[in-house]
Amino acid sequence: MNRNAAPLPLACPLSNTEIELRLLMEAIYLRYSYDFRNYTVASQKRRVLHALAQLGLPSISALQEKVLRDPLLFGRLLEYLTIPVSEMFRDPAYFLALRRHVVPILHTYASIKVWVAGCSTGEEVFSLAILLREEGLLSRTQIYATDINPASLEKARQGIFPIESIRGYTGNYQRAGGRSSFSDYYTAAYDAARFDPALCADVIFADHSLATDSVFAETQLVSCRNVLIYFNRELQDRALGLFHESLCHRGFLGLGAKESIDFSSYSERFDAHSQPERIYRKAT
Amino acid sequence: MKPNDRQSPGRRVEAIVVGASAGGIEALMVLLHGIPPPWRLPVAVVLHLPEGHESHLAEIFAERLRMPVHEAADKMPLAPGSLYFAPPGYHLSIERDRCFSLSCEPPVRFSRPSIDVLMASAADAYGPALAGFLLTGANDDGAEGLLRIHLAGGITAVQDPKEARIPTMPQAAIARHSPDHVLPMRELRALLLQLESAHAD
Repeated sequence: MNRNAAPLPLACPLSNTEIELRLLMEAIYLRYSYDFRNYTVASQKRRVLHALAQLGLPSISALQEKVLRDPLLFGRLLEYLTIPVSEMFRDPAYFLALRRHVVPILHTYASIKVWVAGCSTGEEVFSLAILLREEGLLSRTQIYATDINPASLEKARQGIFPIESIRGYTGNYQRAGGRSSFSDYYTAAYDAARFDPALCADVIFADHSLATDSVFAETQLVSCRNVLIYFNRELQDRALGLFHESLCHRGFLGLGAKESIDFSSYSERFDAHSQPERIYRKAT
Repeated sequence: MKPNDRQSPGRRVEAIVVGASAGGIEALMVLLHGIPPPWRLPVAVVLHLPEGHESHLAEIFAERLRMPVHEAADKMPLAPGSLYFAPPGYHLSIERDRCFSLSCEPPVRFSRPSIDVLMASAADAYGPALAGFLLTGANDDGAEGLLRIHLAGGITAVQDPKEARIPTMPQAAIARHSPDHVLPMRELRALLLQLESAHAD
């Protein structure tokens, strides 16, 4: 073997931790078909080390051995590998821009399909459903909410969020141009707020992986926020390719506040529509 | 001093990471003000700011410094001679391919962005070819990160707590390991210039 032909231009040799991390992701892919191999390493490493501490295991290799034989443990690890951190109307400026600059164009369609990719525990889905209802569009909109984590999808389906979060969400909702009182949308009981189930009557929650699955519908709007940052460039390109393929002519793509397509191979295939809010439009 | 010494300013590094909190803007200005071009080392900074507000750090520093200043964006490569600030509300990491990545993981030591996160990831990416500077601040973020740089063979430098506006952060780092340099701001600046000239050679 030619030792000068390193597979990657590495600054310094891989640490044991990084080798174990790669092997773990390979094992998970081979055993469970969940593909985390093209996630960015820095964040993935932190999450796996956090999982080790929580599960009381001495090394990533020990975790790998257990995960291979125990699907239940894998289910628990999945909770750590995916980032179930979201909030309703997160970055209110994004929702305000959707309301002002995207909704008027959505009104021109007889029926609308929206894809919330990487929906996690559903905060974003309910936010969009509320916005679309206030704009008179929800009744003719089909929302697809997808994620790779079945536990997150189940939580999303239930639409129950901790009551202590509601105050922050209410502020976000108001800054996002909310037209009503936020409390109209949920019933508070004990330490939880249960959102009106009618909001997601036309939401299809589905298991979908941006790393391995393909496009399933033609959409007018794809909202995928703070998901691509966990992907390396190759996987970002794959996901953007799916969005591009799914979007109709001049369809909209919304990303997270600090995400952009500038460093992807799709930078020429979307136009900036509402720039600071990261709303793009499929280029002609 | 032998050139191979850990402390030797003649050692080559390929990037600098800086952490600062309360009082950090002023300290950073002293560190970087009037640095003569051509400057070649990339410098990545986590400066704690309240979440939920747009950061104007990049604009503020761009007006005052003679180097390109950016808010670090996801997958942006670190370019020579540029200064980068972590965006508010996101952790900033450096990947092995020497590009930035962002993440929304929960705050670390109540901070997002976290100095520990930037420093630990940069230590993985650069190994011994990294120098970490930790300046004034009122918490213990950065102590763990600086230790990780040290363990990876990089150079660690801490603002002298006697001189720091808020000494807690440098003190926490000094309690965690023995930094290679504990210096007042003016001398930290001299160290930075030495690292740059060694890099440019």
